[in-house]
Amino acid sequence: MAEIRLLMGNEAIALGALRAGLRFASGYPGTPSSEILEALAKEGREGVYAEWSVNEKTALEAAAGAAMAGARALVTMKQVGLNVASDPLMSLNYVGVKGGMVIVAADDPGPLSSQTEQDTRHFGQFAKLPVFDPSSPEEAYLMIADAFELSEKIHRPVLFRPTTRVCHGYASVELLPDLPQKAPEGFTKDGGAWVIFPRLAYENHLLIEDGLEALADEWSAYRFNALSGGGRASKKGIAAGGVSFAHAAEALEGTAQSGAECRLLKVATYPIAERMALDFLAGLKEVLVAEELDPVIELELLRLCGKHGLKVKIRGKGDQTMPRAGENSAAGVKKAIFAFLGLKEEPAEVLNDEAPVLPVRPPVLCAGCPHRGSFFAVKEACKGKKAVFSGDIGCYTLGNAAPLNMVDTCLCMGAGLAQAQGLAKIEPEVAHFAFIGDSTFFHTGMPGVLNAVYNGADVILCVLDNSTTAMTGGQPHPGTGKTLMGKPAAQADIYGVLQALGVRSIRRVNPFDLSAAKAAVREALQESGVRALLFEGPCIALAKKKPALLVLEGCVACGRCARELGCPAIAWEKGQKAGIDPLLCTGCGLCAGLCPAGAIAEGGQNHA
Amino acid sequence: MLNLLIAGVGGQGTVLGARLLGLAALEKGLKLRGSETIGMAQRGGSVVSHLRLGEGAHSPLIPLGQADLLLAFEPAEALRALPFLRAGGHMLVADRAVQPAGMPHYDVPAVLACLKRRRPGSFFLGGDEVLARVGGRGLNVAMLGAAAALGLLPFGLAELETALRRRLAPHTIESNLRALHLGAKMAKEGGNKDGNDQ
Repeated sequence: MAEIRLLMGNEAIALGALRAGLRFASGYPGTPSSEILEALAKEGREGVYAEWSVNEKTALEAAAGAAMAGARALVTMKQVGLNVASDPLMSLNYVGVKGGMVIVAADDPGPLSSQTEQDTRHFGQFAKLPVFDPSSPEEAYLMIADAFELSEKIHRPVLFRPTTRVCHGYASVELLPDLPQKAPEGFTKDGGAWVIFPRLAYENHLLIEDGLEALADEWSAYRFNALSGGGRASKKGIAAGGVSFAHAAEALEGTAQSGAECRLLKVATYPIAERMALDFLAGLKEVLVAEELDPVIELELLRLCGKHGLKVKIRGKGDQTMPRAGENSAAGVKKAIFAFLGLKEEPAEVLNDEAPVLPVRPPVLCAGCPHRGSFFAVKEACKGKKAVFSGDIGCYTLGNAAPLNMVDTCLCMGAGLAQAQGLAKIEPEVAHFAFIGDSTFFHTGMPGVLNAVYNGADVILCVLDNSTTAMTGGQPHPGTGKTLMGKPAAQADIYGVLQALGVRSIRRVNPFDLSAAKAAVREALQESGVRALLFEGPCIALAKKKPALLVLEGCVACGRCARELGCPAIAWEKGQKAGIDPLLCTGCGLCAGLCPAGAIAEGGQNHA
Repeated sequence: MLNLLIAGVGGQGTVLGARLLGLAALEKGLKLRGSETIGMAQRGGSVVSHLRLGEGAHSPLIPLGQADLLLAFEPAEALRALPFLRAGGHMLVADRAVQPAGMPHYDVPAVLACLKRRRPGSFFLGGDEVLARVGGRGLNVAMLGAAAALGLLPFGLAELETALRRRLAPHTIESNLRALHLGAKMAKEGGNKDGNDQ
């Protein structure tokens, strides 16, 4: 009997890649893509290598090397990771690969956990690469094998673009036997064909354009592109891709429109399957496009209408029939489709009672998070001083929230210190701090340090070293001394790296020792040039919890602990004594050090 | 098809709860599909897990007004997710509030009263009792036990037990099994129908 497994989309992608004979996988963690490599490592398949690379650029370059030696290679990242990897990606298409190479860039409509709402399908157009766009975990499981096969056939990398609801969606998936596997052929020099030069780029540019045109034709027969419903007489059609297709299919189910009158086009690959799209458009008066992020299907249909002189009204993001930003919901797509087809939705339940106000829950630093202590120490030491706090990407971006308010800027991975350097040049009288986490430091933070030292910047770098890549679920990195495969590795030492980059003033700081931490920040403030404070405290997901703390009788109800730290374990309301939730408290002691009445003490019990 | 929504606050174990339900459904030979909240939104924010058991679901998300069962690990999150519950659907709520950090506290009795008004006959699990008897980390699993004992799931405690043994780290299995059966027992005893007005 076939094995059926409950798989998250990302696990389905990993297993599908193994089934397709994957040999090499690399990537950098980023929501919603991180679980793909973790699932690969967990499977522990013999002969399959997987690594967390230090950033997306190195990940892509390493995979390109493996693919040039004829191995099937996978690279995973989130959408903004593709920006980091774009340099090698752009030229790799011109150089080509031998083994199939698939770049998974997971998009995040919403965005739920990202800094942009960029669309990798557009990146595919820019980089002139084919793009696969799965609509469900089970489709992703099969489609990833198609992606490897295509890449190997055309000798070029291909993009595979799932979105959050596919990556973090899950389904019961039937696992199939492995496809025929073959050993990598090995690297052959091929008379310089692997060396990019202007002449080669010109020649290959022509081949790339021909190849994309051929694909637009072939893909009308591709199994996951589909045209259904609606005969010759239909006047209306719906085109959708990704998870929006699933929402659309569900909205149409059970309506009279699902069969006869409305055509439904499912787009799973780019460039768009031209013949299928023309069959879809033939005779229609009006089309509604349901897709997330950019209007890619919409613009493709508009292009085809222009190219073939068709008079079809295309509705979607352009005329704001569909929202231009944010994630599509099942309800939103249904509403738009029903309005488009002139169908009536069942009325929503009418509620006559007034509901109480619900709490807003912005994401916060966890109770016991070392970053809280680091931010608070800097904040206290800077009291009465003008200071700007540049942030970076990671859990510590949450230091922006009240009551800490310690992140004034956040741009992209590794940007904080260079930003602080620029700020300091224009406003030298202000103290400029840059906060960066350990994994981000290794990712793209180091060039910023070298740049600041080289150019004589006047900035204070705060490295928040919690010994993991926390926000994405605790992946190892070069500073942890462990690899994705669980093997011991050379442990990169941030202190030593800073020294080697030329930082002369470096202090190690314990973020939970408030007075010592404040003193270290004050000392650094007295100096000039590039100074570094290395705050070392493990993520609470790694550290052993201490017994929860208790609020004693002596609490004077001042609320200082709650008002200044914003710890989720502390509850306090004006005029009342503070309370500590034993479920959340990790016993870090930061609040005890702050309490003016000395009324927070050990002796509680964790109910863990 | 059974549409099941789990609502809670990041850190309460909704993702694991949904995984265990999914594995139990698989054990029963049911098809399923669903979606999770993972990443930055998890850090103490509102989280929901959508779970759709049986044939016929296309979308990984339950459309508004179509959930058959709402398992809420926190009262305010129950009220927030209530528009998903269909008329005649069932709701189980853990009555222990999680107040947001550094923000104004919400009115817990008013929220509980609103829930009872809008969905009379819903089951309220005494969160403090679970906390006292098996520890707070068991709340998610206790809720699953309660739902199974009330006959609201297409499988029973046995399938949940199997799922739990399969999915959890060995040293946590014992305490989670206790949580599962405590939730079931509390549900059978009628639990705290009126909610804890703390």
